[in-house]
Amino acid sequence: MTAAIQVNSVSKRYGSVLALDNVDLAIQCGEFFGLLGPNGAGKTTLISIIAGLVRASSGRVAIMGHDVVDDFRAARLSVGVVPQELAFDPFFTVRETLTFQSGYFGLQGNGAWIDEVLENLGLTAKANANTRALSGGMKRRLLVAQALVHKPPVIVLDEPTAGVDVELRQTLWAFIRRLNREGHTIVLTTHYLEEAQALCERIAMLKGGRIVALDTMRGLLARVAGLQLTMRPRGRPPDSVLAHKIDERDGLLTLRLAHSTDVGRVLAECAAAGCGVEDLEVGRADLEDVFLQLVTDRPSAGASAGAPA
Amino acid sequence: MSTVQLESTVVSAAASSPAVAFRTLLTKEMLRFWKVSFQTIAAPVLTAVLYLLVFGQVLAEHVEAFPGVSYASFLIPGLVMMSVLQNAFANSSSSLIQSKIMGSLVFILLPPFSHWQLFGAYVLASMVRGLVVGLGVFVVAVWFGPPGFKAPHWILVFVLLGSAMLGSLGVIAGIWADKFDQLAAFQNFVVMPATFLSGVFYSVHGLPPFWQGVSHLNPFFYMIDGFRYGFFAQSDVSPWLSLAIVVVALLLTAAVALRMLARGYKLRN
Repeated sequence: MTAAIQVNSVSKRYGSVLALDNVDLAIQCGEFFGLLGPNGAGKTTLISIIAGLVRASSGRVAIMGHDVVDDFRAARLSVGVVPQELAFDPFFTVRETLTFQSGYFGLQGNGAWIDEVLENLGLTAKANANTRALSGGMKRRLLVAQALVHKPPVIVLDEPTAGVDVELRQTLWAFIRRLNREGHTIVLTTHYLEEAQALCERIAMLKGGRIVALDTMRGLLARVAGLQLTMRPRGRPPDSVLAHKIDERDGLLTLRLAHSTDVGRVLAECAAAGCGVEDLEVGRADLEDVFLQLVTDRPSAGASAGAPA
Repeated sequence: MSTVQLESTVVSAAASSPAVAFRTLLTKEMLRFWKVSFQTIAAPVLTAVLYLLVFGQVLAEHVEAFPGVSYASFLIPGLVMMSVLQNAFANSSSSLIQSKIMGSLVFILLPPFSHWQLFGAYVLASMVRGLVVGLGVFVVAVWFGPPGFKAPHWILVFVLLGSAMLGSLGVIAGIWADKFDQLAAFQNFVVMPATFLSGVFYSVHGLPPFWQGVSHLNPFFYMIDGFRYGFFAQSDVSPWLSLAIVVVALLLTAAVALRMLARGYKLRN
């Protein structure tokens, strides 16, 4: 089966900076895929190479089996990209912008689909407004609409919800989920990890131009399985308790525990050692913990470090 | 994951027509200057007419460029061609630099345009703007001293080739420049002097031999001289020589612009 996006040994060098270092990645058709990583990790560079906006220094990328350089026509028809930077053409209205964009992809008589996109992104009322007159959020919607005019089988969204209000986020994700259900492959980068956790089936984490983790959401969360227990000990907890420590600051001790039954055991051991406990808080590990553990170098007790990428 | 419905929702590559894509970009590039036509058409027409009023009056007594041709009549084709060339250059260069700086160039780079399509659309739109401004200047100027139409096919040949050459020079400058002032430098230090010193206001025969020689190194001189031949059947050099030089200049600029677009120079880096 042809992958929606196939990235083979892609590197990108800007002068002395290696923005992408030999990246391999295959995203299958129909996936809802998340590309995460701190600023400067190489996410936007990778997306730009996929979109044909930047040429890789070495390696190859294919979209739906079409090489983005040698077979750029078919490749670009197969992908819709929502760029991170807000950009607009100040000469035209929202509908003109979308009609032109549709025409650029060689499509005529695309009005019905343009109407549907406008409707689904809450842009219908602004259809005849000049793009200059749009608020930031509305401009962002227009960017999403422009990426969808040619109904691409692969949709790439580079931080589409940066600086966007809750309402648009809800509308946007409802629409993107629908497109995913209808078979479109979605690739998303975001700094909102709870968003990625709610939406993505599979995640690649980038750091310093390399993929440091590539796994299903379930697999990633399993790496930090268990619970986090935060407490303020009055005295020194016994070593058996400190063995679970992952963080200690401002008198607050954070432990990672495998099971909820361990909470009782830890408290009992503290009590037996004459160490009182205050400000008790129990939380479940989430994507943010995985992210911090993989992408920063925060020590972790419960999870196996290292990535099978 | 359901891929069942995909066939019906996704546009097949067959439905996408490169001709439609090209036409759309050309239309958009023409609308871009048309929507601000006061600035892009009316203003350059007024400038040219002011030149005609001032120089036509002041120099009428002193200059006889061609035997039997009044100075105003001589000046009109030069001003028309100068306006055509400057506006053809301004169109492609300012469109590219604006969309580069605004970030909206991404909307042109994401669709499946070939470098030929991009080149063709930007240059054709530039030619249209040049021709519209040139026609505007001519229609107003013709009242001051109607020139003849001794060899109209040369008029057409030179106005088309000249505007195409400046359109592609505009593509080069628009891609090369990263900032507005770099583009302004190109416009003010290359295009302006070259058009001004090309015999718009005088016949180079009236110049000292050294400056005649310098003028003959300027491709703009041949565009204006050949264009003028179409009106008077008189020129400083043979229109065939001018044609050869203008064609070479066009091929050179087109080759450079196409190569820049094909390699994504400064556009896809």
